[in-house]
Amino acid sequence: MSSAANPRQFMIRLIFIGVASIILLRLFFLQNFESKYKVMANDIAIYKKVVYPPRGIIYDRNGKVMLANTVIYDLMVTPHNIKGLDTADFCKAMGLDLPGFLKIMKLISIRNIDVRQSTFMEQLSPEQTANFQENAFKFTGFELVERNIREYKNQTAGIVLGYIAEVSPEMLKVPRYQSYRQGDYTGRSGLELQYEEVLRGQRGVHFLERDKFNRPRDPYKGGALDSQEVSGKSLELYLDADLQSYAEKLMANKVGSVVAIDPQTGGILTMVSSPCYDPNLLRGRERAKNYSALYRQATRPLFNRATQAMYPPGSTIKPMTGLVALNVGAITPSFGLACFGGYHYCSRAIACEHKDAGHAANFRVALAHSCNSYFCHIFRLTVDYKGFANVKQGLQAWHEYYYRFGYGHPTGIDLPFEKGGNLPDSTYYNKLYRGSWNSCTVVFVGMGQGEILLTPLQMANGMCIVANKGYYYTPHFVKSIGKNFNDPVLEKYHKKQQVLNIPDSTFSIVQQAMQDVVESGTALGAKIDGITVCAKTGTAENKAIVNGEVIKMANHSMFVAFAPREHPRIAIAVAVENSGFGATWAAPIASLLMEKYLKDSVTYKRKAVEDKMVNAHIINKYVYTIDSAIRQHDQRAYEARMQRRRTADSTKRANDSLMVTSWMKKHFK
Amino acid sequence: MDSIGKSLFQRIDGIMVLLYVSLVIIGLLAVFSVEHRTTDLTIFIANKNYMKQFIWFGYSLALGMLILLTDSKLFASTAFLGYTVGIVVLILTIFIGVDVKGSHSWLGVGSFRFQPGEVCKIFTALALAKFLSLPETNFKTLKHRLVGVAIAMGPAVIVLLQNETGLALVYFCFLLVMYREGLPNAVLVVGFSMIALVLGTLLIERKLLFVILTLVAVLIGFLTRSVLKRDLIAKILLVGTWLFCILFSQVAVPMVFKHGLKQHQIDRIYSMLGKEVPVEYNKNAEEGDEHKTNSSEYNVLQSKIAIGSGGLWGKGFLNGTSTKNQFVPEQNTDFIFTAIAEQFGFIGSLVLIGIYVSLMLRIVFVAERQRSVFTRIYAYCVASILFFHFAVNISMTIGLAPVIGITLPFLSYGGSSLLSFSALMFILIRLDADRNAMIR
Repeated sequence: MSSAANPRQFMIRLIFIGVASIILLRLFFLQNFESKYKVMANDIAIYKKVVYPPRGIIYDRNGKVMLANTVIYDLMVTPHNIKGLDTADFCKAMGLDLPGFLKIMKLISIRNIDVRQSTFMEQLSPEQTANFQENAFKFTGFELVERNIREYKNQTAGIVLGYIAEVSPEMLKVPRYQSYRQGDYTGRSGLELQYEEVLRGQRGVHFLERDKFNRPRDPYKGGALDSQEVSGKSLELYLDADLQSYAEKLMANKVGSVVAIDPQTGGILTMVSSPCYDPNLLRGRERAKNYSALYRQATRPLFNRATQAMYPPGSTIKPMTGLVALNVGAITPSFGLACFGGYHYCSRAIACEHKDAGHAANFRVALAHSCNSYFCHIFRLTVDYKGFANVKQGLQAWHEYYYRFGYGHPTGIDLPFEKGGNLPDSTYYNKLYRGSWNSCTVVFVGMGQGEILLTPLQMANGMCIVANKGYYYTPHFVKSIGKNFNDPVLEKYHKKQQVLNIPDSTFSIVQQAMQDVVESGTALGAKIDGITVCAKTGTAENKAIVNGEVIKMANHSMFVAFAPREHPRIAIAVAVENSGFGATWAAPIASLLMEKYLKDSVTYKRKAVEDKMVNAHIINKYVYTIDSAIRQHDQRAYEARMQRRRTADSTKRANDSLMVTSWMKKHFK
Repeated sequence: MDSIGKSLFQRIDGIMVLLYVSLVIIGLLAVFSVEHRTTDLTIFIANKNYMKQFIWFGYSLALGMLILLTDSKLFASTAFLGYTVGIVVLILTIFIGVDVKGSHSWLGVGSFRFQPGEVCKIFTALALAKFLSLPETNFKTLKHRLVGVAIAMGPAVIVLLQNETGLALVYFCFLLVMYREGLPNAVLVVGFSMIALVLGTLLIERKLLFVILTLVAVLIGFLTRSVLKRDLIAKILLVGTWLFCILFSQVAVPMVFKHGLKQHQIDRIYSMLGKEVPVEYNKNAEEGDEHKTNSSEYNVLQSKIAIGSGGLWGKGFLNGTSTKNQFVPEQNTDFIFTAIAEQFGFIGSLVLIGIYVSLMLRIVFVAERQRSVFTRIYAYCVASILFFHFAVNISMTIGLAPVIGITLPFLSYGGSSLLSFSALMFILIRLDADRNAMIR
């Protein structure tokens, strides 16, 4: 045993410590600075499962389900995760052939990067679902996602309820859809779009750990990061499902619109835009195909005429003309005009339907017989009234009244894409006539022709104002959200909209005159036994541009009404395009609907009228001509847009196709 | 002296026992974390590996007790006999061994399987200690040095024939022992330099390696400038070594890789290090074929993910996402370190490596305090075996060494591994208890 310490023992100690230090140094960097491994660890082991809650159900005013859900499965794919897929096996299970499979995969790889999940196949049949579930372990990269598909119970009110569809890539760029991912469904029109945030509920995100076989196992971190899904809230509407079906039946084979409102709440009882379509066409797999078929129809069933079509109101505006004239003091109720079938005060003749003396002896009689001369004249008296400095000021005062009636601007109904009509003011005329115009120039407005254009919704809303004697509630569909009548979203619909200060007595005069319309005037056919109906017919002249020529078309049949006068429960506007007199079509339809709503059923003796209305087939041949003109224009605009897009994308496309080819090579030899 | 009059158990080195027990317990916890499932109703499930390992720990302690009660002289006196038996069993295993993943290194006795190569390390250590401590051995002569190397490498050759490369390489650690007992410095320097050069060639980019090698040569030249001025041979040696390294790494290896080796051989070499094959050696690259990840590369990637995602403090016990979802293959055995590193982070790794280094340094300390040369050499054998296993095992989990299937002593799951390492330790503890006696 040597007394001096052997120096080599220190060398060996040094080797031990040195090697351990090298290992520790490597570990130090690996564990503290190479964050990619953390990302990879999460990628391989944590699986983000998105849970879609059921969408809110929509009920009508009587608690009848209008729009509900059924369950269906979508097949999603993350191309990057596909490993060792037996394509033949897969195609057999899913009922595909290989070219079909490749085509879908190609489309997906063009649309989306391959590490992100895309929809492979929407809404599997029960058989496909079962086949997939049995073999799911073999098909890594694919997974089923449960979807609730909408189910329209009544095949009605498509234009009101709207439809849902996948968000488009364009929509994803909009802030409203920030939280959406490719493949999510969202409301695209109607209430589905308007109340999207309410109906969709809240998506749940569950983080699950998965093992090396890609099977989800325990919740990650005990579910601490999970968010629970929240079901969509249900909507209760004012809409009456039975009345809606009845209205759609009456409007069948006609082009036009019906809007019925409860004047006491502003709640919409019925809204029809004819021709109607079965909303069940716009759901599920066939949606895109059906949509383009509907879109191509000349009668444009997807266009909501009730809120978007702008009609000249014709004589239906006369109660309003009277209201303003009476209120500014331009006339008294006893003011009369000697009309012999025409108005000649302004260097041109305006025809009146009536020639008999005394049909415009006073306001009441004049409205009952809808004397054009009388209302043109009192409109002139209004704007030229001595209280106003000049006609421009007079027109502005008139404009202010009408604006408060809800004309000339969207009413604020809870449907998207509402139009505001057209309400001319002096600026408008200054521009149109280069500043040189007088009451004669604009005289047609008094009888609802000329530049004034209203939507059927605005016409019905006008009736609410007359029925309520001076106020209305913004028309709306939704009564309660998730059984809550005071949801903040609905707050604005509970606010009384007051029109300009018009005394009740003036409204009484107009109401009396409108009662006479039904009882002794132009709308005898709109009478309902035991109910005081106030109404006004309208026969609106209209023109259209067909092949570059302005052509006078058959008149629109218009009708507005409310009932009962004593305690109004329904205000209604009906427009039947290019069908003739207001009294012929619009009036009976409105009357039948009011009777149905107020008395629950239509009396037997009106069966003949009902049949006549239901069976009438009034679609003007010009519809198709106009349509083709519009369509050509649309087509040109569309092609121009596509051309721009093509130019911009050509480089990207080339890259894409390169990518696809290499991807295909990689995965499917 | 200090042990006179004390009982056997008072003479046992408590620190070694403590470090040994703590490593086994850490190993049990690690295996538990790999095997445990949140759905398990109880942790006492007989067919789980951690329970088996626990039982093996019991057997190991019993075996340790048996060893402690043995006369320490027995180990020295039966050293050559045991070595001979070991060699015979090793050779027999080639013919009657159970085929496990292509290697014939396992013997089956009933349902119990063990690797004689694992156990033979003990016999080799004892035999080497015996031979070197013989009074007639003069380790300064070439003849006796060759005998020493033959004793150490004999089993390695047989294990290599069993197709168990990793286990065979372990026997190289005895060179460290012989270095301590008088092999020239050059052996160690050349050996380590060669390992460093080979690993460097594979792991470091070629041009960077050229710069590093040149810098090292210049640095050595600068430090030894007084010698170089006087000595021509030293100059030639330095320049020659530098030239050899450069030629090896810059010319020879690329030549062999490009023209000598087949693609699958190159793939295998790189995948053992968990690295992708460099483009220049990828002979299929022109055909646009995707590089296929093979199993070793996948193992190392998963291992690195688990370790790297642990961070400084780790994800917490039983919260390792890679560990509990079984992403790391062989995690119970060769890759057990990943379980510690993922769940306890760099701090946990630091503590574990600290315990290992403490144990090895303690053994060196214990070795140097022996009166008997036999015990000293045996202690160095134990330290070297542990060092080789520890260094290679952890290095391979982080891509510093090739994946050659070497267990982490005391931690890796496996009965024969735990038993043989325990025996190795307890024999040392027993011998050390008689540190003042002369054992031959």
